[in-house]
Amino acid sequence: MHSPANNPVYERVRRNPKFHELVRQRSRLALVLSAVVLVGYYAFMMVVAFAPGLLHKPMSDESSLSVGFPIGAAIIILSWLLTGVYSHFSNGRFQDLTDEITRETLQ
Amino acid sequence: MTARRILLAASAATLFATLAAVPALAAGDVGQLEKQPVNLSAIGMFIAFVVMTLGITYWAASRTRSTSDFYTAGGGITGFQNGLAIAGDYMSAATLLGLSSLVFAKGYDGFVYTISFFVGWPIILFLLAERLRNLGHFTFADIASYRLDQGKIRTFAAIGSLTVVCFYLIVQMVGAGQLIKLLFGLDYNVAVIVVGVLMVVYVTFGGMIATTWVQIIKAVLLLGGGILLAFLALSRFGFSLEAIARSAIASHKDGVKIMGPGTLLADPVSAVSLSLGLLFGTAALPHIMMRFFTVPNAREARKSVFYASGFIGFFFLIVCILGMAAITIVGTDPQFFEGGKVGGKLIGGGNMPVMHLAKALGGDLFLGFLSAVAFATILAVVSGLALAGASAIAHDLYARVIRKGEATEREEMRVSKIASLVLGVLAVVLGIAFEKQNVAFLVGLTFGVAASVNFPVLILSMYWKGLTTRGALAGGIAGLISAVTLVVLSNAVWVVVLNNPAPIFPYEQPALFSMTLAFIVTIVVSKLDSSASARAEREAFEDQFVRSQTGIGAAAAARH
Repeated sequence: MHSPANNPVYERVRRNPKFHELVRQRSRLALVLSAVVLVGYYAFMMVVAFAPGLLHKPMSDESSLSVGFPIGAAIIILSWLLTGVYSHFSNGRFQDLTDEITRETLQ
Repeated sequence: MTARRILLAASAATLFATLAAVPALAAGDVGQLEKQPVNLSAIGMFIAFVVMTLGITYWAASRTRSTSDFYTAGGGITGFQNGLAIAGDYMSAATLLGLSSLVFAKGYDGFVYTISFFVGWPIILFLLAERLRNLGHFTFADIASYRLDQGKIRTFAAIGSLTVVCFYLIVQMVGAGQLIKLLFGLDYNVAVIVVGVLMVVYVTFGGMIATTWVQIIKAVLLLGGGILLAFLALSRFGFSLEAIARSAIASHKDGVKIMGPGTLLADPVSAVSLSLGLLFGTAALPHIMMRFFTVPNAREARKSVFYASGFIGFFFLIVCILGMAAITIVGTDPQFFEGGKVGGKLIGGGNMPVMHLAKALGGDLFLGFLSAVAFATILAVVSGLALAGASAIAHDLYARVIRKGEATEREEMRVSKIASLVLGVLAVVLGIAFEKQNVAFLVGLTFGVAASVNFPVLILSMYWKGLTTRGALAGGIAGLISAVTLVVLSNAVWVVVLNNPAPIFPYEQPALFSMTLAFIVTIVVSKLDSSASARAEREAFEDQFVRSQTGIGAAAAARH
């Protein structure tokens, strides 16, 4: 299971331009999505720490619920949906590309 | 240091304990926790759960022939099943009881905490899941030592895993004893022994197959129970969240303040350190990482995180609704307070709101059901921990380091079973020894060590070509020493255990400092390492990178 350095199979993969395309595109997706989640979450935490009043605001004049609740729920739901986005692309297009690379390499 | 700081540190301490291990908090109240009358319906339902899971263990035993079956269920768990099992690992008794009681006590602050506990999952998927699956075989040490010195790094990673496993086992055992004493009316020692024996039976006979199914069944029961309870609670308020909120404001002593952030996370350093500890500590818990090796390929690994985070997110939202509903239903009902004094001390302690809510809405039968689920939850988590510990001993230390890969599968299996038995005995002995201790600090240690020792080497070995054996060792040791030292100097040990007036380290979670230090030391030492072996290790990154991206070479590990 531990391959020696410069295994010829891996060398062949590295020479395949599709591999670099896969790495570039999938890494970009992962980075963008991570950034969305982390920036969103830490922005929220900064509001919690420095401007809590914003989250105390009622949703409307008669409402008891504050805007903080839907915002918090949205963070949970949106981050979950982003895992769906990542899985969709990774298991679709990127997995097909990976399978192609594997096939071409092991031929 | 200001008094406010100390107060914040103290409340963060309590909250961290509540969240990561409700039981740990209960342990602080040992003196006050009265043994309850024996609860027959709870015991009946728990026995039904045990009989069912023992049946599964019997079935799993016949399918557990190889080490791969034992450690990873032969890679034969589907993404959906694994998603449920991961969710089960994450939705512990602590999340059900702890998060709901936080919302009950603090309102919106509890919700903020819940969100912090959740956002790690997407990050684990984006950055770790498929590389874990593609590089790993049985344990986290497989990945850490992939291109580094097998003897040194594998030993170190295995020790890191075992440390985390032991700390967390103690927390769970003490919690189990307290919770069961409270909910079932059983003796503490009996409860700890029951948990220890069942754990050893599941793991030694059924391995990962049984452990996974115990976890799946428990997750389904917990989700089902939570949904039913939320339905009953919502029906009291005409299915209107607005009505729950209005009523909660009227019932809570803090009134409208519970609708927004309060004092809990007002200090950003505490908040960030805590969220880092939860985020990366969770990602580096050995029994969670192990779950990624139970699926056949990276495709299923991704699916499992998608399903898991869906279940977890949904459950967390439900738990918050339960907490808000409990403010009115439990918080204004004298039968749930000691001496019938509303607003005084809750019967059974601060973690009980959701249990009281079950009794208020569904009577003794529903309370019994939820108690049985809480017991099952602890059982499932300790089984996962024991399996992770056994694999570190048998696969990493025995088969790879001591026997240098020469051990037969039979020998390795035998060692892993002995290891689970030893871990079981150790867990029972420590569980009993720590009965009267406040074990909250062990929770800080578990997550702190996972985030500062296991996580840096894991992520750097995957993402950074320059990592060398020396760097990984130096960084790991720096992370271990700093995490342990900071926890000792924090409120949970310095004040609570050692009775000093004020903590030297004002925050509960050391991760922000110890993890950063571990990363810096690892990177600096690696950069300064100009040995021949370091060069070879850097060169080996390219091949590891291809495998981590494509899974070529890993596929063989999954096909048995």
